[in-house]
Amino acid sequence: MEHYNMNLTLKVWRQPNKNSEGRFETFDVKDISSEMSFLEMFDVLNERLISEGNDPIAFDHDCREGICGACSMHINGRPHGPWHATTTCQLHMRAFKDGDTIVVEPWRANGFPVIKDLVTDRTSFDRIIQAGGYISVNTGNAVDGNALPIEKDKADASFAAAACIGCGACVAACKNASASLFVSAKVAHLALLPQGEPERKNRVLSMIAQMDNEGFGSCTFTGACEAVCPKEISVTNISRMHKDYLWAGLSTEK
Amino acid sequence: MLNGKIPEGPLEKKWEDYKGHVKLVNPANKRKIEIIVIGTGLAGASAAAALGELGYQVKVFCFQDSPRRAHSIAAQGGINAAKNYQNDGDSVFRLFYDTIKGGDYRARESNVHRLSEVSGNIIDQCVAQGVPFAREYGGLLSNRSFGGTQVQRTFYAAGQTGQQLLIGAYQALERQVALGNVKQYTRHEMLEIVMIDGKARGIIARDLVSGELERHFGHAVLLCSGGYGNVFYLSTNAMGSNTTAIWKAHRKGALFGNPCFTQIHPTCIPVSGDHQSKLTLMSESLRNDGRIWVPKKQGDTRRPSEIPEEERDYYLERRYPAFGNLVPRDVASRAAKERCDAGYGVGSSRQAVYLDYAAAIQRYGKIEASKRNLANADADTITLLGKEVVKEKYGNLFDMYEKITGENPYEIPMRIYPAVHYTMGGLWVDYELMTTIPGLYALGECNFSDHGANRLGASALMQGLADGYFVIPYTIGNYLADDIRTVSIPTTHAAFEEAEKSVRERIEKLMSIKGNQSVESLHKRLGKIMWDKCGMARNAQGLKEAIVEIQQLKKEFWSDVKIPGGINEFNPELDKANRVADFIELGELMCKDALHREESCGGHFREEYQTEEGEALRQDDKFMYVAAWEMKGEHEWQLHKEDLNYEVVKPTQRSYK
Repeated sequence: MEHYNMNLTLKVWRQPNKNSEGRFETFDVKDISSEMSFLEMFDVLNERLISEGNDPIAFDHDCREGICGACSMHINGRPHGPWHATTTCQLHMRAFKDGDTIVVEPWRANGFPVIKDLVTDRTSFDRIIQAGGYISVNTGNAVDGNALPIEKDKADASFAAAACIGCGACVAACKNASASLFVSAKVAHLALLPQGEPERKNRVLSMIAQMDNEGFGSCTFTGACEAVCPKEISVTNISRMHKDYLWAGLSTEK
Repeated sequence: MLNGKIPEGPLEKKWEDYKGHVKLVNPANKRKIEIIVIGTGLAGASAAAALGELGYQVKVFCFQDSPRRAHSIAAQGGINAAKNYQNDGDSVFRLFYDTIKGGDYRARESNVHRLSEVSGNIIDQCVAQGVPFAREYGGLLSNRSFGGTQVQRTFYAAGQTGQQLLIGAYQALERQVALGNVKQYTRHEMLEIVMIDGKARGIIARDLVSGELERHFGHAVLLCSGGYGNVFYLSTNAMGSNTTAIWKAHRKGALFGNPCFTQIHPTCIPVSGDHQSKLTLMSESLRNDGRIWVPKKQGDTRRPSEIPEEERDYYLERRYPAFGNLVPRDVASRAAKERCDAGYGVGSSRQAVYLDYAAAIQRYGKIEASKRNLANADADTITLLGKEVVKEKYGNLFDMYEKITGENPYEIPMRIYPAVHYTMGGLWVDYELMTTIPGLYALGECNFSDHGANRLGASALMQGLADGYFVIPYTIGNYLADDIRTVSIPTTHAAFEEAEKSVRERIEKLMSIKGNQSVESLHKRLGKIMWDKCGMARNAQGLKEAIVEIQQLKKEFWSDVKIPGGINEFNPELDKANRVADFIELGELMCKDALHREESCGGHFREEYQTEEGEALRQDDKFMYVAAWEMKGEHEWQLHKEDLNYEVVKPTQRSYK
């Protein structure tokens, strides 16, 4: 792989806290290696800001392996930037070329208020899980793991939905800031397994009710969420969720 | 001499007998007892959920914005359990034995046997929670091999096993939050243990959004805060992983066990430059099918595809024919270092070896072709089919490699090099997982207990969940049963006052330094000292130098660190400064421990103590003990010992040949 260095112009959203007004600030960054990750480029910039006595840019990040779901930058109008099926931390600078201007914003949604700069509050997702995103089994109640064979196709489909990292890119991409892809991934993960069957109706009703309470919008099935999802969660899950929702809503027995 | 409170009786009966006689807390009393849990990885989330289910009032804290992001999420390969579903000779005893041997005879037999006993329950529990483990076409659970064993006992969910297990524990935790049994505090960091009458009775936590300090009371405090690999700056740990919670406990008197026992993982993506902020692991499961090699010729700069088969040195298969590419991690890492140091390394840095999938792709391709009745499949078809199989097994890892390096590992062998991954050392705990401070427990990676001097792959997830789901719910009752009369202590108590004051003063001191060096730059320097002198190979002279250099670095940190922003605001640089200050002190202790342990064992390799073939040489007559360090003052520690008595396993020179 050919390596190169580049100079870039960054336009980054700055906002001191939840209640203050934000604005874009422009930075020139020089000698960025194509081998760096996008966040390492921010590390370089922040080190410079600190040495100049300025406030470094706040952003969420932790594992830097694309699995914890903490990183969350809206890059050039696209959550997590230009690469398909990639989190911000796994985006590398060879996606850009010398002289590029890059615009970086936080997730924008009522359900995700800004804490500072590019950091948002995503505790709404925890509350949606609390509304029913689990199987009610206390520790110690389990039977042998192989007592319940599960068709491989269903287990695989359940796993594909369970791969969601809860980053919120789906919400950030949606014109209605709907959390449907996130919620449906959890609904599908559990509904596809026999263990999830007993609570299937209540789960889908409660989780959707909580999603609405948190201020997330409705799904219009545009598919922007699937296009930006770093884990390629399919919109098929949303169809499945709507089907379950109807079925559960129309049933008299919950 | 430390008392591990190991129950009497034969090894295989200890846990059963313990459970049969341990004191209980009745349900009405459980409701009055408050427990604090620090950390929401596998150990913390499972403990908080399980204790909430029992009816205790639990408060759980994590520094991340959600419990689901704790670093257990990143574990890739799998979780061991002695289920013997493969009928290949596995048993509780064999898992126990493999773990003791893998740890190079520096772990406590009783704890490891218990771990092995409960391993099967973990799989059952996770399946019941809906963890989507990999399955065979018949619908039953699938297993794969991992390093250091000759049976297939590893359960997995593609290369995302940690994620799926943590989501299972997280969901169980959120259910308890919804039921009101657990209160969760995200973006909070524990900065002090509050002690009253010699017992842990609470914590001081900092709200990382507002910067405010908070007081929380607990009848007991559980630390589940993970490992301290970031003392090396570069590691496979998450950026926020830190030692602060256990270091505060250590400063309050909890002994620190075997701090120098560090695991260097053999298969990580090599460092690409000075900008590097962290290293990425390529799961050990890749060694199931991948073959590791370097050119036979020193300084060979040809492309890997241009190097013919007979000019490749599959050095692990050559040196360790019995285990081949599946030797334990410490052995594989040292072998890679040996080849690179001798001038056989590959890639632009020459600090890498190849992990090659070409043979596996062909092998799987042929199997797949025969499954599909393609008798005369051509070479391209076989390669294509083989790639599909490899993609299903390891797809996410291959994608990750390609994103980071820009190279396609289906076509070009991966370049890998060892990196810091896990810390076997941690707070010393007894059989009940209690530290030397009454009421203060340590679970999961942050304790020292189960992995000796080297952890086997797929055993960290097992230990985290064993401690949280199946050990602490029993052992904590033995302590709390005597505490049912203790009414919640108001946080206006002088001890809370005092603890909060000391935390506030330390933060104010840090902010008042206003020096010239960033936290990051000082952390990087610490990491370089540690990696160069307390890393994969250590010697007395280097360790002595490192101690002096770290003491100097500590002075520099406390006189010249530069932290922007203010105290009462969201300030990640201040959070980092708090953590790095603790890493510096820990680094010194690690070097002291490594210097005192004049032997090689597991991941601790002292160059002075090796066999003629370059293998680790233990000194069982002198060092068959856990080194537990007590902090006595600035740069001063006192050594305590817990002798390791092997009643069942007979320690021998570990051989994987």
